[in-house]
Amino acid sequence: MTPKAAIGGNTRPEVDIRRELYRSMLRTRRVEEAIVDRYAEQEMRCPVHICIGQEAPPTGISAHLQKQDHVYSAHRSHGHYLAKGGDMPAMIAEIYGKSDGCADGKGGSQHLIDLDAGFICSAPILASTISVGVGDAWAARRRGEDRVIVIYFGDGSTEEGAFHEALNFAGVNKLPIIFVCENNLFSVHTLLETRQPENQTVRRLGPPNGMESFDGDGNDVEEVWRLAEHAVNKARNGGGPTLLEFHTYRWMEHCGPLDDTHLGYRSAEELENWKARCPVDTYRDRLIEDGSVDRAWLDAEENTLRKEIEAAFTAAKNSPFPDAEELFRHVYPE
Amino acid sequence: MTREIKYFEALREAQAQCLESDRDVVVMGLGVPGPTGVFGTTKNLVDDYGPDRVLDMPSSENAMTGMLLGASSNGMRPIMVHMRVDFAVLAMEPLVNQAAKWHYMYGGKMRAPLTVRMIIGQGWGQGPQHSQALQAWFAHIPGLKVIMPTTAHDAKGMLISAVRDDAPVISIEHRWLYGISGVVPEEMYETPIGKARVMRPGKDVTIVAASYASLLALRAAEMLADAGIDAEVLDLRTITPLDRESIVASVRKTGRLVVADTGTAEFGISAEIVCAAVEGASESLKSAPHRVGLPSVPTPTSPALSEHFYPRAINIAEAAAATLGAKVQFTEPETGTWHDVPDPSFTGPY
Repeated sequence: MTPKAAIGGNTRPEVDIRRELYRSMLRTRRVEEAIVDRYAEQEMRCPVHICIGQEAPPTGISAHLQKQDHVYSAHRSHGHYLAKGGDMPAMIAEIYGKSDGCADGKGGSQHLIDLDAGFICSAPILASTISVGVGDAWAARRRGEDRVIVIYFGDGSTEEGAFHEALNFAGVNKLPIIFVCENNLFSVHTLLETRQPENQTVRRLGPPNGMESFDGDGNDVEEVWRLAEHAVNKARNGGGPTLLEFHTYRWMEHCGPLDDTHLGYRSAEELENWKARCPVDTYRDRLIEDGSVDRAWLDAEENTLRKEIEAAFTAAKNSPFPDAEELFRHVYPE
Repeated sequence: MTREIKYFEALREAQAQCLESDRDVVVMGLGVPGPTGVFGTTKNLVDDYGPDRVLDMPSSENAMTGMLLGASSNGMRPIMVHMRVDFAVLAMEPLVNQAAKWHYMYGGKMRAPLTVRMIIGQGWGQGPQHSQALQAWFAHIPGLKVIMPTTAHDAKGMLISAVRDDAPVISIEHRWLYGISGVVPEEMYETPIGKARVMRPGKDVTIVAASYASLLALRAAEMLADAGIDAEVLDLRTITPLDRESIVASVRKTGRLVVADTGTAEFGISAEIVCAAVEGASESLKSAPHRVGLPSVPTPTSPALSEHFYPRAINIAEAAAATLGAKVQFTEPETGTWHDVPDPSFTGPY
């Protein structure tokens, strides 16, 4: 077991990588905010699981991935899709149920896909895609493909039997996988302490399944970046799987665009404490402080993003709905 | 040349030929490379194709099914084997939520060419959790194909078709068919999925059946013939996609329908077949359709109870006669053995 402190120590990425990390997190944040702003229009007629607050893990991990690497996700997938290079206008059109959507409007927010970008699937059943990603890794190695597989899931998925089954098989076969748990403390509205033994981590489940594991601050993109560098390099060089657990927090309600602290399962104070540790803003401040970016650069990024996102929403709204015949297409492959 | 081999040998030959002809085919399941080779259907395949392609697995039906789904979307054509249908119940999530919908919900961009074989146990006290015939469950899920070959010929041809099919295919095999021989060509061939077959032509009543129930239907047809009733036996071979045209065509010809199934009658496939006949040939129906299946109770273990649980050929014959309003006293042929084995050569445990 490599001690966590030995994983790059406090090595920081080069300035251009810092900027890219920030740009990627900011882009996910602004896309999610745009969905939140427009959701009340009732035109995005599917569930949306907003990942505001959880931008750092997919950003820090994707920085080490190549196009041919594959990503598997669950229900809170927008950040995973965007960070891997998933087509943003196709994602927005998909949420609008339009024919330009990445799944022809048949999947919605919960079934994003972009094969060209290596974003293979997302699905809202807990742990359901974990074994599928394991099979992809298994097949890729058999077929001699240079491919690393990243599988994202939440803390709730680690309570599913299929999670343990999949980890066991990956460990037995030393497959090139990075299992990434974004531990945001809640499964819908049920607290972690109700679901898992106290004072435990998801990380502890790695070694019994034959793999190294680490946990880290999921709101610190450079910590994610360092741990991911170790895990991705190891997987690519035949060193087998790694389990990474990142402690993070979702800001919005489980499903939808609103604050839900009125429900009482978490306090407004707790939310505010996590917001004070915003992965995007804290990183911006750090980059300003260390001279990696300046105000002009930040403004230019914001401008570029605003135009890109506006264009995507306009295109999505203008995209036609699928024809009625589409209902019966693709039940079976032709 | 009319070579005859047994049903289980036909399944083995189909898998051997698929392994031989396509590097992307693998066979996986608990005990698949093991000494008994899942009732002989995978026996010694590992000797010819190696442990990388004829694979054992952890006892993790759920994740291993998802794993093979992932492998199938990465270009492989895996065959998963469950010694009993009941073990596949542990894998319903990846089959129902994922594999079945993979092609549709990703807008046609994903394919899941996965074949899952599972075996229905019957008799010798298989009991509540080793004998379930859950074809109606799988058939209820759009996106899955469900096959139930009856003959050795179709067992080979349909398994080859399943492996080559880009949709996920559930192959449900009845254990009591395994020892029955039939003419099976040595070369590789496909029997189409989605096409029923008239096993015995007749004009008075249609008996639609599948798998082991089709053999019972043939025996019933012989009893009926002795009573002067000419029954047509339609062997479905595929449950979904259902060959409605063949059902309707036969009912239009005979005007009467009996459905025989190895599964539970209530909410079973028999209901769908009766519905297909009513929707497609109501003007031809001369009497109310009858069905023969399992009662709505879990499978009992004691032979004293299972004797009253499983329908026999005589029940199908009686149902057929009833559709004609004929009063016939049928007598069941003496088998010379217990009712809980298919023939005297069959001994427990299994």
